[in-house]
Amino acid sequence: MNNSIGKGTENSITSKSLDFVSVQANDFSLATEVAQLEQDNLSDGAVVTFTGRVRNNNNGAKVISLTLEHYPGMTERALDKIILTAKNRWDIGRVRIIHRIGELNLGEQIVFVGVTSIHRKEAFSAAEYIMDFLKVKAPFWKKELTEDGEKWLDARISDQNKAQDWA
Amino acid sequence: MITVVFFAALREQLGCSEIKIDATDAIKSVVEVKQALTNMNKEWINFFENNSLLIAVNHDMVDENHPVKSGDEVAFFPPVTGG
Repeated sequence: MNNSIGKGTENSITSKSLDFVSVQANDFSLATEVAQLEQDNLSDGAVVTFTGRVRNNNNGAKVISLTLEHYPGMTERALDKIILTAKNRWDIGRVRIIHRIGELNLGEQIVFVGVTSIHRKEAFSAAEYIMDFLKVKAPFWKKELTEDGEKWLDARISDQNKAQDWA
Repeated sequence: MITVVFFAALREQLGCSEIKIDATDAIKSVVEVKQALTNMNKEWINFFENNSLLIAVNHDMVDENHPVKSGDEVAFFPPVTGG
């Protein structure tokens, strides 16, 4: 079946081909993504989704927009590996990850992670795990435009700590 | 040849996104790739002495002792900030 949306590819590392990773400039629809997670999937009772969006403030500065850069090829591979690790850790069904690149304005969606599982606990945990590792392992970089000008964002120690807490 | 690519703030600081270097016998790991780069551009030393710089070889994150051979793609970039 063709379950692809946008320019994404079916996951090449994980055994279940219904997983999906896409790095794209275009916006995505939460409803469409949830439909893809649920379609022909009556065995999973839990669907957990996370959406990250551009907020209007960061470290006290008023944000105007973000520009996302990534490392084509490595990004998709890094996300595939995170999915594989999550699937080795929890009994989960489908996983979809979308991450946008390019210039994004206030309120725009940046990232989507969706996970299904039979019961809720696994999907909640796996979705959080995938986001925590995406933050520290996937090669994306944010440049922030504020009233003071442009600036590459620094990585946060707290993000490193969250990923290490899963060890 | 070894392809070396740079991203984000580092790319802007170096004013360069990609450079090819000869895969000589002297280049055994990422350490020697860094040396070759800073020999070519002395002013790059400051940027490569940054301990927080991340390294990938053929799209996998590695440390600087990771072996490098002809045909490899070596990437240097700042800590990632996606999500």
